Amino acid sequence: MSTQVLMPALSPTMEEGTLAKWNKKEGDTVEIGDVIAEIETDKATMEFEAVEEGTLGKILVSEGTENVKVNTPIAVLLEEGESADDVDEAAPPTGGNGAAKDGGEADESSQKEKAASDEGKKKAPAQPKQAEVPADPDIPEGTEMVETTVREALRDAMAEELRRDGDVFVMGEEVAEYEGAYKITQGLLSEFGAKRIIDTPITEHGFAGVGVGAAMAGLKPIVEFMTFNFAMQAIDQIVNSAAKTLYMSGGQMGAPIVFRGPNGAAARVGAQHSQCYGAWYSHIPGLKVVMPYTAADAKGLLKAAVRDPNPVMFLENEILYGQTFEVPKLDDFVLPIGRARTHREGADCTIVSFGIGMTYAIKAAEELSGMGIECEIIDLRTIRPMDLSSTIESVKKTKRLVTVEEGFPQSSIGTEIATRVMQQAFDYLDAPIATIAGKDVPMPYAANLEKLALPNVEEVIDAVKAVTYTA
Amino acid sequence: MAARKSASSSRRKTGSSSRSTKPSIGDKIADFSKDEEFDALRRMLLIRRFEEKAGQLYGMGFIGGFCHLYIGQEAVVTGMQLTLQDGDQVITGYRDHGHMLATGMSPRGVMAELTGRQGGYSKGKGGSMHMFSKEKNFYGGHGIVGVPAPLGAGLALANQYRENGFVSLTYFGDGAANQGQVYESFNMASLWKLPVVFIIENNRYAMGTSVARSSAQPAFSERGASFKIPGFHVDGMDIRAVKAAGEEATDWARSGKGPVILEMETYRYRGHSMSDPAKYRTRDEVQKMRSEHDPIEQVRKRILDNEWADEDELKAIDKEIRDQVSDAADFAQSDPEPDESELYTDILL
Repeated sequence: MSTQVLMPALSPTMEEGTLAKWNKKEGDTVEIGDVIAEIETDKATMEFEAVEEGTLGKILVSEGTENVKVNTPIAVLLEEGESADDVDEAAPPTGGNGAAKDGGEADESSQKEKAASDEGKKKAPAQPKQAEVPADPDIPEGTEMVETTVREALRDAMAEELRRDGDVFVMGEEVAEYEGAYKITQGLLSEFGAKRIIDTPITEHGFAGVGVGAAMAGLKPIVEFMTFNFAMQAIDQIVNSAAKTLYMSGGQMGAPIVFRGPNGAAARVGAQHSQCYGAWYSHIPGLKVVMPYTAADAKGLLKAAVRDPNPVMFLENEILYGQTFEVPKLDDFVLPIGRARTHREGADCTIVSFGIGMTYAIKAAEELSGMGIECEIIDLRTIRPMDLSSTIESVKKTKRLVTVEEGFPQSSIGTEIATRVMQQAFDYLDAPIATIAGKDVPMPYAANLEKLALPNVEEVIDAVKAVTYTA
Repeated sequence: MAARKSASSSRRKTGSSSRSTKPSIGDKIADFSKDEEFDALRRMLLIRRFEEKAGQLYGMGFIGGFCHLYIGQEAVVTGMQLTLQDGDQVITGYRDHGHMLATGMSPRGVMAELTGRQGGYSKGKGGSMHMFSKEKNFYGGHGIVGVPAPLGAGLALANQYRENGFVSLTYFGDGAANQGQVYESFNMASLWKLPVVFIIENNRYAMGTSVARSSAQPAFSERGASFKIPGFHVDGMDIRAVKAAGEEATDWARSGKGPVILEMETYRYRGHSMSDPAKYRTRDEVQKMRSEHDPIEQVRKRILDNEWADEDELKAIDKEIRDQVSDAADFAQSDPEPDESELYTDILL
C-alpha cells in the first residue's frame, strides 16, 4: 500500500518549516536512508531521510514552499507494483490509532493547537499534604542522660546503624585509617573493618557517584564529605543522580544514601571553606535536608537518616562538634526527620533557627529575658521537608518572628520561612519578619572581618527589640 | 552458561594467558552458529526498526524533546548482552534505547515512555534519556555526560560488597571519555579491583565534534593506562568481535581481577539528536559506513552466503520485527498520558 510522507518535526520546538529542495523527483526509487528533501527550520537546514523504501509517486508540496506545518503530507511513496494512480488511497505512515490518521491533518493540527492553548490555562493539581510526621519518641522516666559531644553522638549513631544493618557502610576521605579529618569516624575501622569503612581518594565527584550507584543497587552508603564546601564538586551527583532518580524511574529505584559532613563556617578558613549549603539543598525536590544543633538531635536524626529510603543531606557544623549536650541512654534512640522542636518557650517573640544559628538565638534569648522579653525558640532541625507547624502556632501567640542562620542572606532559609509565615499567618503578625543571616560577602579571612561577616548575638537582640517595638 | 565459560577459557590459552596482568583480548572473532546468527539478526533488527520508528514518531510530533537514536551501533549492545549472566547490571548515558531493548525491556514500555504515556517504563515521567528497569537490571538512562562511569563503578562496588559475582557493564561514549569523573572512576575501580567493564562506544563524534578535534589521545582503549586498566580496541560493527571481547572482559572482571576497558569502534548513522543538521561530516562518510560496515548487513550476508535462508525468509523475519515495533508504536500512541496525580508521586519514598 502506498504511504504518505509527512512534513517532519526536526527539532523539539519546530511547528513549521520551509521545504527548501526535493532531492528526488517523481518516479525515482527511494532507499531507506536516502535524502529525499532538504527542510529549513528556524535553526538549520536539515536533510530529510526516507524511513521506508519505495518509489516517489507524487510530490504534494513543491520545493520552495514556506510555512509548511508539521505533519502535512508532502509526498506519496509507492510500494513495488503500485502506480501513481494509487496515490489517492495513500495512508499516513502510522500503524493504527495515530492521531495523524484520524481526520484531516489540518483539523488535527488545529485541534492540537487548541489543546495546547487549553493546556496553558490548566491549573496544576494541588500538592498533596505531607503525611503527618510522628512526634519525638517519649523518653521513659528515669532514663540516664549522658553528657555527650556532638562528635561522639554522630560516631555512636553510625556505629549503631553499622551494627544493625550489614548494608550500611561509610566512605569518604580519611574516614578509616585517619579516623576522620574531624574524628567523627573514630574507632569505626577497628570495629567494622576496611570493607565497611572505606577510605577514598580525594575525588568528591567520583566517590559521590560511586556511592549513588551502590545505593541504586540497594546498599545504604554514608558518604562523608570532609566538608560540604568540597561537595560542590559532587553536587551534580547529589542533585541529578541521587535526588531525581526515584521520579525519573517512575518509582522503580532511588538512592537510599546519606551525605554528611561539616557545613558552613568554621574559624578563619576563608571564603572557599566557609559556606552554608542549607538553602542550596533545600531547593531540591527529592532530597531531605537535616541540620541538627544538639548532640541528641544529631544522634537521633542521623540514625533516622541512615534508615531513610531517600537521599538525606546531613549538614553538621565543625564548631558544634566539640559542644556537649545530654543524650538519653537508650538502646535505639531515633528521631523523626521533618519535625521541628521547641527549644525554649516564651510569649513575646518567636525565634526560628537551626544548626549553629541556634547558638546566637539561645544567647540572645537569655539576655533578652533579663530585659523582660521572653522569646520562644523553635529549632527546625530539618530544613526539608520543612515543618513550620510549631512556628505558625508560636507566631499566633507571639505575633512576631525573627529567623537566624549563618548562610548568605539572598534566597536564604530565613526568607523561605518568612514567605510561608507571611502566607499562613499574615493576620497574626504585628511586625515585619526579621531575617538575620550572614553578610552578603564571601567569607573574609581577617579575624575582625570574619566576625563582622557572621551574624552575632547583638544583631539578634536588636532584631527582637525591633519587632517587639522595644527601645 | 557453563559452555560459554569453557569456550572462553579455551580461547584464553591461545593468547598471552601466562601473564595475568591483562586479559587476552585480541582481534578475535567468536564463532557463530546458525542459530546464533539468526538470534543476532533478530536482536539487532529490533533495535534498528525500533529506532527508525522512533524517528518517525518524533517527526510526527508524538515524541518530544531530545531523542538520540542508536542506529548503526546495534552490534555493540547486542554483542555485549550475549556475554552477561542474569544479575549483571547495565548502565549507560542518553543514547540508551538500544541498551534497554538489548536487556530485554519491552518495546511497548520503552516506546510509551518516549511518547510520555502512563505505560512507559517511568510512567511517562522520565522520557528518552531516563528509563530504568529493576527487573532487567538496567540502571539508566542518564542525561548527564560522564555520569554512568561513577554510578557503574558504584554498582560494581555493591557487587563486590555482596560477593555476588555480578559484573557491571558501564557504557559511555567518546565524548564522555573526556569528562573528569570518568578518570576518578577509573582510579577507584582499579584501586579497589571492582567488577566493572567500561565500554567506550566510540562513534567518532561527540555531538558535532570529531574525536580528532576533541581528544588528545584518540585511542580510547589506552585511556585507562594511567590507572593500570587493560584496554582493548574492538570492531564494534562486527557482533562476533564484540562478543569475543566481551566474554574475555566480563570473565576477567568477574574473577576479581578488576576493571577492563573496551573501546568499541562504531558509528551512528543519524544525527546526535533529532535536530542535528550533521554539517560536521559528509554524506559519503555515512554512506560508506552503511554500505561497507553495517552490523546487520554483515549478519545478513553470512546467513545468505551459508544458504541458511534466502532473501524472502529474511524479509519475513524483518516483517515480524516490524510488526512487533508497529505494535509498540500503536500502544505508545494510544496509551493515555499519566494521570495528573502522578505529578506529585515518586518524589520521596
